[in-house]
Amino acid sequence: MHPRDWMRVNDTGLYCEPADAYIDPMVPVTRAIITHGHADHARAGHDHVYATPTTLKIMTTRYGEEMAREQTALDYRQSVTLGDDKDPVTVTFYPAGHIAGSAQALIEYRGARLVISGDYKRRPDPTCEPFEVVPCDVFITEATFGLPVFTHPPIDQEIQKLLHSQQVFPDRCHVVGTYALGKCQRVILALRDAGYTRPLYLHGALIRLCDLYQELGVALGPLVAVSEVENKQDLAGEIILAPPSALADRWSRSLPKVRTVMASGWMQIRARARQRQAELPLIISDHCDWPELLQTLEEVNAPEVWVTHGREDALIYQAEKMGFNARALSLLGYEEEDDSSE
Amino acid sequence: MKAFSDLLDQLYFTSGNNAKAAIIKEYLRSTPDPDRGWAIAAIAGTLKFDFFKRNTVKTLMLERIDPELFAMSYDYVGEMSETVAHLWPDSQATQTDSIPRLADIVEEFQNASRQTAGKLLSGYLDLLDASQRWALIKLGTRGLRVGVSARSMKQILASYGNVDIEDIESLWHGVAPPYTELLAWLEGKAEKPDISGEVTFHPVMLSHPIDDQTLEQITVNDWQVEYKYDGIRVQLVCTEKGKALFSRTGDDISQAFPDVLEGISGDGVVDGELLIMHGKDVDSFNALQQRLNRKKPPAKLIKSLPAGLILYDILRNGDTDVTQSALTERRQILSQWIAGQQCSHLHLSQTLNLTDAASLRKKHEQASDDVAVEGLMLKRKDSRYVPGRPKGQWYKWKRDPKLVDAVIMYAQRGHGKRSSYYSDFTFGAWQDDKLLPIGKAYSGFTDEELKKLDNWVRRNAVGRFGPVREVKKELVIEVAFDAVHPSPRHKSGIALRFPRFHRIRWDKPAAEADTLETIKALIHSTD
Ligand SMILES: [Zn+2]
Ligand SMILES: [Zn+2]
Repeated sequence: MHPRDWMRVNDTGLYCEPADAYIDPMVPVTRAIITHGHADHARAGHDHVYATPTTLKIMTTRYGEEMAREQTALDYRQSVTLGDDKDPVTVTFYPAGHIAGSAQALIEYRGARLVISGDYKRRPDPTCEPFEVVPCDVFITEATFGLPVFTHPPIDQEIQKLLHSQQVFPDRCHVVGTYALGKCQRVILALRDAGYTRPLYLHGALIRLCDLYQELGVALGPLVAVSEVENKQDLAGEIILAPPSALADRWSRSLPKVRTVMASGWMQIRARARQRQAELPLIISDHCDWPELLQTLEEVNAPEVWVTHGREDALIYQAEKMGFNARALSLLGYEEEDDSSE
Repeated sequence: MKAFSDLLDQLYFTSGNNAKAAIIKEYLRSTPDPDRGWAIAAIAGTLKFDFFKRNTVKTLMLERIDPELFAMSYDYVGEMSETVAHLWPDSQATQTDSIPRLADIVEEFQNASRQTAGKLLSGYLDLLDASQRWALIKLGTRGLRVGVSARSMKQILASYGNVDIEDIESLWHGVAPPYTELLAWLEGKAEKPDISGEVTFHPVMLSHPIDDQTLEQITVNDWQVEYKYDGIRVQLVCTEKGKALFSRTGDDISQAFPDVLEGISGDGVVDGELLIMHGKDVDSFNALQQRLNRKKPPAKLIKSLPAGLILYDILRNGDTDVTQSALTERRQILSQWIAGQQCSHLHLSQTLNLTDAASLRKKHEQASDDVAVEGLMLKRKDSRYVPGRPKGQWYKWKRDPKLVDAVIMYAQRGHGKRSSYYSDFTFGAWQDDKLLPIGKAYSGFTDEELKKLDNWVRRNAVGRFGPVREVKKELVIEVAFDAVHPSPRHKSGIALRFPRFHRIRWDKPAAEADTLETIKALIHSTD
């Protein structure tokens, strides 16, 4: 049975009728399948949550033990059946390569296979398992960077820009605005890869998730909370990581000679970087760029593609040119998460 | 090219003059000649021509991408160079050692013809990454906007070499990209470049518009009064090495006016007004415009519209700098200098013998009788020749109606038969280093001029707000109006009555347009 007959989009989100389950719903529901821990996908207060063990840990770290009444941890490639025993829906998670614990959800029902890829990328990321190609009849893809202008440079190249700036401005405090979950830890690891061994300083909002990553076995090197630095003048010349919103608020005023750095896929567009008042934009994304989106459509090779989450028009146009059946899936409520502040 | 594009990226996003200066100095320290000199030229705007046209870039791009996807991308990015920089297919083979050097790129384009430039450009774009492609397109179309003016570039160079900014200013027009000698001197590796015999442009002295208060206060006897002719300001330079005629911005316009230069010999730098002159009779600005339009005028045109110079000042006589002498002395020197030339195209500016305020005012009223005259010039008899716009030395007193030089900021399409033309213009005046809109004008130009304006807007648009295009702040228009009124409703605090185009000043740099303060000073004199 074609997925369009058992999947629906309503105000709450993407709904699988025979499983009575929502995928990444916006508001508390009875049964929620959560692809990953970003706040616009994983919300608190559901009755029953299905997610990967890491995603559940992230949700617990953020929302506390009470984040859901009941939790089912599903490892990658492990299945669970939902709905009517005689007419079951099978859900299986596969790695999405987006952040730690991120998953694509394969939903099988009456012989049809639908993959909801959630947010995903194809670049190597030491904090998570790489995206896995899962054959299916309908592939739901994000289109956050769904325009051919988006091609993200290698992360080491971007990190060099930061280190170079630190050389030119040895007395300025480099405050890097990064998303708290995933991006932050990736930036830290890339700095370590580039041979940067000095302590990195963290805004309070980033500490718990960095701790969690370390618990998960990702070694981030010496990290110090900014609040623990008594004399803020000592931070001159150091690198601090903070959520993007903190860059503009009073928190940053106590820091010496701030140079504003922003790590986000949007930084590729100059007007956008200027709008965020980034003095040093770093193009670092946890989403696919355009070539990766096309590569994925080709490799997954699903005859039908539903596009959501971003600049759908161009990707739909291109997918049809590539011979796929493509349409927009209008989901509301997802933020352009690189831009949100957490 | 990588160092150059990194430099531009940093400058583009970094705010604050000190930080920008630090970035440029670091670049100069770590980048070899001649690359760094070309970078200076690109930023300071001393590159002489476009390497390629914007349209060439677009054409090449459309050969490489689906037009639908191009349109969607352009729509999102909002700017052509950046759209192309991102969309150009990355060649897999890009390697650090195959990135061309900035100097090589500049040289190749200098030697390229219009036919080969496109091929050269696509070859380079293939070798570069997105940031570098953006840098190349901006460089080649001379569209760099990184918030560093020519003046600040000179200041940065002065600070880099720990020398006086005046030293840089005086050398500036005598040295050329890639500035190898200049940089060697700044780094203490060579003597100061000797430009004394070079045929170079010298920064000029400018006047302020006069206001009523000043008019009432001056003692007419202390002032030299001359007609202000409706031509263009030029500088004639002659040395052993050659001779040239420069516009007020330092552009060499010798080729367009061979008739003026023909008979000139010997050393000197003189300052005056370029006009069309039949013997001693001065023709209209329109006549001059016909000559200005031709970079190499045919002999017939030179004969029917001969150019002449009305000279009013001298900066250099032989090898003697005379800028420190008083105006009256300089005038004598100038008079002798002209007498020594065998050139019928040179005339000494006439001084008007006026002794009191009443006769001065009368002269001003009569000034409009002659179409070639647009008012009076008042210069202190004891004024030295000081480049820039020193206070209280020189005044221009334009005839009525009131005229100001304003800069076009926005353009909008007209109505009816003009609906396909950008014909409604918002113009502004300077307040410190910002332009504030002071009014709108949509008349006063000819159909011919409207076509040129429309074309200019299309080529120089930088932004879009609904139907309104924002344009580069580069085109000066002389706006005529009947009165200025204070107006709290406008951000500028003033409103102009019946503003209209008086003349388009294609030749005038935007920085020399009038200030808001100047225009405000006209409030009382017109009410
Ligand atoms: Zn996400
Ligand atoms: Zn998302």
